[in-house]
Amino acid sequence: MNATNKIFDTPLYPYERSADQDAATPARHTAIVIGAGPVGLTTAIDLAHQGIETVLLDENDKVSFGSRAICFAKRPLEIFGRLGAEQALIDKGVEWDVGKIFFQDRDVYQFDLQPEQGHERPAFINLQQYYLEKFLVDRIREMQEAGAPLEIRGQNKVVSVSDRGDGVEVRVETPDGEYELHADWLIACDGACSPTRAMLGLEFEGRVFEDNFLIADVVMEADFPSERWFWFDPPFNRGQSALLHQQPDGVWRIDLQLGWDIDREAEKKPENVIPRLKAMLGEDVDFELEWVSIYTFKCRRMESFRHGRVLFAGDSAHEVSPFGARGANSGIQDADNLVWKLKLVIDGVAPENLIDSYDAERTRAADENILNSTRSTDFITPRSETSRTLRDAVLDLAEHYPFARPMVNSGRLSVPCTYDGSPLVSADALTGGPPRTRPGSPCPDVPLGEHDYLLRHLGDRFVLLTIDCEAPDEIEEEGVTVTRLALTTQDDRTGFLKERYLGEAPSAVYLIRPDQHVAARRIEYNETLMRTALRRTLGKEVAK
Amino acid sequence: MSELILTPNIDRGDDFYAALLKAHDGLNKADSDALNARLLLVLANHIGDGEVLAQAIEAAANAAPR
Ligand SMILES: Cc1cc2nc3c(=O)[nH]c(=O)nc-3n(C[C@H](O)[C@H](O)[C@H](O)COP(=O)(O)OP(=O)(O)OC[C@H]3O[C@@H](n4cnc5c(N)ncnc54)[C@H](O)[C@@H]3O)c2cc1C
Repeated sequence: MNATNKIFDTPLYPYERSADQDAATPARHTAIVIGAGPVGLTTAIDLAHQGIETVLLDENDKVSFGSRAICFAKRPLEIFGRLGAEQALIDKGVEWDVGKIFFQDRDVYQFDLQPEQGHERPAFINLQQYYLEKFLVDRIREMQEAGAPLEIRGQNKVVSVSDRGDGVEVRVETPDGEYELHADWLIACDGACSPTRAMLGLEFEGRVFEDNFLIADVVMEADFPSERWFWFDPPFNRGQSALLHQQPDGVWRIDLQLGWDIDREAEKKPENVIPRLKAMLGEDVDFELEWVSIYTFKCRRMESFRHGRVLFAGDSAHEVSPFGARGANSGIQDADNLVWKLKLVIDGVAPENLIDSYDAERTRAADENILNSTRSTDFITPRSETSRTLRDAVLDLAEHYPFARPMVNSGRLSVPCTYDGSPLVSADALTGGPPRTRPGSPCPDVPLGEHDYLLRHLGDRFVLLTIDCEAPDEIEEEGVTVTRLALTTQDDRTGFLKERYLGEAPSAVYLIRPDQHVAARRIEYNETLMRTALRRTLGKEVAK
Repeated sequence: MSELILTPNIDRGDDFYAALLKAHDGLNKADSDALNARLLLVLANHIGDGEVLAQAIEAAANAAPR
């Protein structure tokens, strides 16, 4: 396509010959990550951030091309905050709150997402995936300068993978030929077509939506507001749907549903695309095409994300249709879930079976994402005449009555999964506590004073958060240190601490994992029970 | 648990039935289907209770001719 944008052509991590290629016996690394997409980059950064020696391999050396993720939700931004990689994203990203729904030729209703107050990060930002990738590579460079044990190798294509039980062997193809590498752990973030998955003969099953979408990124100077506009059955795309959403640099994302029986090659030609876009944007709007592609969407996942010493994360493990922006957003949370566990196992503090909880927790998250994406896709692209009649009835009613508006499903925005029932999570023992912070939940942010927020104090280690009650400043249990963070409702000027962490309870103690999820909570500190909860979170106790 | 009512419950059922037919008067099949769909959603929202709605879906499905 007409890639006026230099970012696509600039090698970010050009090939350099590594000493490993000349080694007499294959070099062994603690962790190898395959794939420098959003998930591999996040995984590698988190591993190095925890001090784990890591090599990141990618067959390419540039940002991903084509139209890919644009919408990043609060939870991934919080994770990037923990990894020191967030500011560039927030500075570049576009924030938006208003969404408009059109049906046929009518403006049916608009909604203001009114993001919840009292969080450091916005509910979501729009940002091209290539910027995310570039900023993460910048973060890697910054960490390397500070001495982080992390290498990124471009034009290093993994061509074979074998699990040896206590480690993994991979063969890598480079411009200088092949070489072999060994690793204690291999994390395959090699995308939806995952060669690693294929090399290990693993299945990837699910549902294909029989529909094609034309996805175009156009550069235009237009005064469309930064809102999300979604059309059902518009005059310019009869019987189908359309989406318009703003990205930074005057780039706009357009999705046009095309139906199943189409000539994909013909539809992609500028002489066919441009008239369609003119009909949508107006004849007099000047625009330039950055990318045009045609996608068919799928929802599927691997049965298990762990295969011995090989772990799958991101699109290699699960794939969703993009309505609801759950692909990259959930893959980044895979990394967040996995890395602290690997750290404890690598350090010999936790048993290897702690890694199985990665599979338990993240397959649950994947199922939640697949369910939500499937429901959105079924609403947007009704599968039968009756489902279309019902869908249209919802839209007609939504124009007149508020009750029908929540039924309109043009994508439910990505929210993090609560790991209810996880073997690492203890039963809720905080009577009257808010459901949103029950064990398994990601900690919601809370303002602490003028310019400080709770999440800045959580993450990367175990924290014992106490609110209006006593506890030791530190607990040591089997090689793990838990540090207390003491807060009181006396300083809670906004009331969010009480609302989000106490509810009806007079006081609370929370055990919080390194990924900022709640492991256990009670009204008061109890030495024995807290130690049991901690051992459970380390994979050393069976949940009751 | 709320129970779905499956015994006569509409006062002046004949009037209701007549009003229902009248709403469909002069509509073609597509418009009638659309009206039914809107009516169904309005009623479902009025009932609200998810358990009752689930029982209603089941009761309707069970009454299909065999
Ligand atoms: C149109 C569209 C819109 C989307 N919108 C959103 C959105 O708004 N929000 C969102 O969260 N998600 C969205 N997604 C999904 C998102 O793009 C993906 O979920 C995301 O890219 C997955 O990241 P990943 O790192 O797992 O895989 P990828 O980004 O696919 O990266 C895989 C990497 O592995 C490398 N690789 C592959 N094979 C090898 C090998 N043998 N050796 C070495 N390296 C290898 C590749 O070069 C690549 O760099 C969208 C997707 C599409 C198509």
